[in-house]
Amino acid sequence: MSLLEVHSVTMRFGGHVALDNVDLSCNAGEVTALIGPNGAGKTTLFNVTCGLLVPTGGTIHLDGKELTKLKPYKRARLGLARTFQRLELWSVLTVRENVQVAAELRAQKGASSTARDVEAIVERVGLAAKIDQRVDELSTGQARLVEIARALATRPRLILLDEPASGLDDTETHELGILLRDLTAEGLGVLLVEHDVELVMHVSDHIFVLDFGSIIADGTPQEIRTNPAVLSAYLGSSLDQSA
Amino acid sequence: MSEFFGFTITGLAIASILAIGASGLVLTYTTTGVFNFAHGAIGMLGAFSYWQLRFGWNVPAPLAFVLVLFVIAPLFGCLLEKVIFRSLQGTPDAVRLVVTVSLLFALIGVANWIWDPTLSRPSHKFFPGSSFDIGGVKIQPAELISIGAALIVAVVLRLVLYNTRAGVAMRAAVDDRPLAALNGARPDRSAMLAWAIGCSLAMLSGVLYVGPIALDAASISILIVNAYAAAMIGRLRSLPMTFVGALLIGLGSEYWRGYTPQVSDAHWVVYFGKPIVDAIPVIVLFAVLLLLPAGRLRGHGTTRTRETYPVPSWNGALTFAAVVIGGSILAMPLLDRSDTLTFALLLGTAILALSLVPLVGLAGQVSLCQLSLAGIGGVTMANLGRGGSPMGLVWAFIFSAVVGALIALPALRLSGIHLALATAAFAVFMDKWVWGLRDFDLPFTNVTISLFPIGSLAVSRLKIFGFDTDATGKILGLEVSDADRQLLLLAVTFAVLALLVVWIRRGPFGRRLLAMKDSEAACATVGMNLVSTKVAVFAISAGMAGLGGGLIAGIRQSTSPDNWQFQAGLPIFMLGVAGGMGRIGGSLFAGVSFQVLNSMSLWPLLNTRFMGMGGPSGWFRSFGAASPGFMGIGLGRNPNGAVADMREGFEPIMHSKRALWLFAIIETALYVATLTFDSMNGWVLVIGTVLALGLCAQIGLQVGLSRGSLTPKPNPSIEEFGGTRLEWIGIDREVTTTDIALLDDKLGLAPAVLR
Amino acid sequence: MTDSPILSLQSVRAAYGRIEVIHGVDLEVFSGKVLALLGPNGAGKSTTLKVCAGLVAPTGGDYILCDRRVNGARPEDLARAGVCLIPEGKGIFPNLTVRENLWMATHTGTSLHDVEEVAYSRFERLSQRRNQLAGTMSGGEQQMLAMSRGLATNPRILLLDELSMGLAPIIVEELYEIVAQVASEGVSILVVEQFAQTVLGVADTAAIMVHGKITSVGAPSDIAMELSDAYMGAS
Repeated sequence: MSLLEVHSVTMRFGGHVALDNVDLSCNAGEVTALIGPNGAGKTTLFNVTCGLLVPTGGTIHLDGKELTKLKPYKRARLGLARTFQRLELWSVLTVRENVQVAAELRAQKGASSTARDVEAIVERVGLAAKIDQRVDELSTGQARLVEIARALATRPRLILLDEPASGLDDTETHELGILLRDLTAEGLGVLLVEHDVELVMHVSDHIFVLDFGSIIADGTPQEIRTNPAVLSAYLGSSLDQSA
Repeated sequence: MSEFFGFTITGLAIASILAIGASGLVLTYTTTGVFNFAHGAIGMLGAFSYWQLRFGWNVPAPLAFVLVLFVIAPLFGCLLEKVIFRSLQGTPDAVRLVVTVSLLFALIGVANWIWDPTLSRPSHKFFPGSSFDIGGVKIQPAELISIGAALIVAVVLRLVLYNTRAGVAMRAAVDDRPLAALNGARPDRSAMLAWAIGCSLAMLSGVLYVGPIALDAASISILIVNAYAAAMIGRLRSLPMTFVGALLIGLGSEYWRGYTPQVSDAHWVVYFGKPIVDAIPVIVLFAVLLLLPAGRLRGHGTTRTRETYPVPSWNGALTFAAVVIGGSILAMPLLDRSDTLTFALLLGTAILALSLVPLVGLAGQVSLCQLSLAGIGGVTMANLGRGGSPMGLVWAFIFSAVVGALIALPALRLSGIHLALATAAFAVFMDKWVWGLRDFDLPFTNVTISLFPIGSLAVSRLKIFGFDTDATGKILGLEVSDADRQLLLLAVTFAVLALLVVWIRRGPFGRRLLAMKDSEAACATVGMNLVSTKVAVFAISAGMAGLGGGLIAGIRQSTSPDNWQFQAGLPIFMLGVAGGMGRIGGSLFAGVSFQVLNSMSLWPLLNTRFMGMGGPSGWFRSFGAASPGFMGIGLGRNPNGAVADMREGFEPIMHSKRALWLFAIIETALYVATLTFDSMNGWVLVIGTVLALGLCAQIGLQVGLSRGSLTPKPNPSIEEFGGTRLEWIGIDREVTTTDIALLDDKLGLAPAVLR
Repeated sequence: MTDSPILSLQSVRAAYGRIEVIHGVDLEVFSGKVLALLGPNGAGKSTTLKVCAGLVAPTGGDYILCDRRVNGARPEDLARAGVCLIPEGKGIFPNLTVRENLWMATHTGTSLHDVEEVAYSRFERLSQRRNQLAGTMSGGEQQMLAMSRGLATNPRILLLDELSMGLAPIIVEELYEIVAQVASEGVSILVVEQFAQTVLGVADTAAIMVHGKITSVGAPSDIAMELSDAYMGAS
């Protein structure tokens, strides 16, 4: 059984079908990528998974436990963490405080020494030098790393990353790739939405392609790269004529 | 049957006025995004303008009516749009809230300023004509006029909004303001039109309202809270549903009034009969807010302000506490008895403002009912603190905290203006119903709670740890009066609570609150239980307010409903925001400015000085009463508050030992002089202190700059001009174009920037 | 006709708050021509269009419209001067009826009668829905309604943002046929697309924008080759 099981999830907004019978699964210790054109429903799927939206139909399981009816904070306590495409950092707090809030919530049940944990996590994403700066003084790329650090501080089993590489420069993107591989090596599951296809192809074990709210393909990076349906979704139907 | 008909007509008339008021509110809210808490106050100005024209200047009724509705109201609306509302475009909800609540307050003050409230204004003949009979029911012409007006308003609004391009453009701007501009429409003009219509509707409802009741600025302005309920039933969007809501409330309260037994000993009649009629609209408002479907978890707004909430240091906080307590002790010999009590009240107000710091400053919630919660504390102190028992204060904290947690229920789902409305509804509910109740027994206990049976309740002052705050006698060889003891009690309590707030801010709970203020969505996804967090912060804040209320009641030794009125609590909120909700200093600012502006001695003094003995006695007093409103309008936009700016100005004093010593010497000299010479009074001391502080801060700044421990701030307004500061040149001749060119050159501006 | 462009951006910069998103963009749109601007998500294409429409004021460089510098002009004034932006995804007022939406288009001077005539003759489906709320129509119909404003008000410059977003390919092609037709009537068009290469069929010139800069400009056929590399990574 996979770590995350999304089973025939449908999300309607009025007459608009944002997600249509989506099935998706992620394994622990793997990077699973979700790609697709703008407006395909990727962020909606994230919102449904972490509980910010209640789906119109379908079920979501994390490690065999059904999440579909749970509030977001309970899902988080079960080990689900995420980052946001449009950054949702607590901008009046410092980097340390952002990570600390998450770590303290996790540590409520008796654990101690969060201060050292916080520093270790911040160091891990490469922001040790900025730890006492307010997050609204950081660049977009650094802010994305803080979001990842904050998500990691909840000690998740599965982390949903929404476009973590946008705003990162080439070196930072490269380091992000390494971080993702390291995390999975420790047994963490990663579900990645990303527009940087190079990064996706490089780090992913498995890729799902979403278009118009439906999964139109899934497979290994190599399979996806050569899938004609994917190319057509991305580049439009006239590709055949012009290419 | 004819009885029923009579109630129906009266109910319809009330519903009509509500509908007119509420539709203006909905119109301006949907078209401009500003929920105008001052809507009722604008209506009140309309009523007063009408009275002035009709009875002051004997203008015929129809002409006065037309002038108010079609000249004064639209012009006033355009003025407000241009001066205040336009600049609110793109500001966060909290700023809009503070500015419109301040406007409400300022307009009440302005009305009292223009129309001396001590003169009575008969208004029973607002509309000419005498009542007539239909089927044995007496009907007032004013009732028919109201119903007719509502029908006309409904039809005209429908026509304007759906059958004119200007109306369509207004609705389009609601949907998508930038897109309206892309279409070539002018959204600014749409907004101005909306405000003009909105003000006309407000003033129409104001004029109609006044028919049966006496002309009183505050009560007319607050009556509009009843219309909020109707607007809320329309979800602040739908005009037809708003009219339906008005009908439900108008008819409902009238039938209730008509059909509950006139005289009865039944429990429910005593408590829920007549007494509750006036509270029905706010109960409906609260209920509607509770039933609203929960919105999505709030992420970042699109508009954000750059707030700075530095983590307060323990050193700073302890210094602050020491200054408050030490300052109070030093002030005692200088103050006479009544001034000492005023100072104690000042600190009591500061405690109420401080109770808002965790709630508003840290958690980003809103409460307009802090004074009502304080009232619960005051009443509890009166009932359970007899003989000065400290348990009274403990219960004051607990009761207020429990009620605060209950108020948090809608807060779990609401934010911004909805929350403001819910708390306003609660405050008005307390005013209209609870404070008027007979004595009752607390459920499950044999404790009887007594509520103002003779208009007020006696309160005993606290005896705590063997220290009687109501006694007079020597402490450490010094004569300390009961007033001094009250001041000391308040100073210590304020200081302790301030330290408590600092402790919260520095700890995990404070971080959580700030995080929740910034992004609820992110909080939920890291595992934070928003429900318990919000309930906790509401309870803490309410408990602090209750504690403050208990102490305030103790200072006064009595408490009455007037002390805890909704509108009396608004300035505390506004001044707290103006001072800065993120800091403990902000609450002291609120307390000081609240008492200074309401000070018993200051305004009559200014009055005799500037208006002469024969001048209108209330002139400066009314200005003082309105001034928190002006301050809120002016300062509400600075998210960090005035205290942050002041602190920045005085900070450099810490950089030079010499400056600190100089300040200490000047202060001591001033203090001794005030003690010694009768001609020096407290005001001289206060002004002298501020001047000395400014001077020493300047010295500190210069020393700091020369040592390099401070870096100069680039500040365009103090650019140097030919080696001299601009302000020091003075204007002693006409400015020529050469001067301007020179100025441009010095300031590095492109030519022709000065037109 | 002259050789000077009807719309030109010269080293234009623009920012949201402190974050600069376009760093010195040069673009020229000539009378009666179609320029396609392509590039990945977040490249600054939409912002470029917003600058052209006056929704975002440039923080540097010059925005020249018909030989006049118009930096900082308000969107409503640019609209009245003939610049027509159909924004991404939401070019309509969802809570107004179709007819009221068209009524809004009359602010630039065309009469309601003329606007309705053009819109309904071009998109017959709209005439059946004239009293329906625009927000309740399908995505394709909404995009047609949005396009109607561009067609019926005789703009000089049509700015189209992601016309194809969220629409089925068949509808996208239908819309682009109309774009080609409008261009043939002499309207200058600047069109932004992220993915659909359909646009290259109607463009006279194409440009690629990445990270807030124009990286290449050329004939559509040349640009098409570069594109698949840009999105899918060199394989």
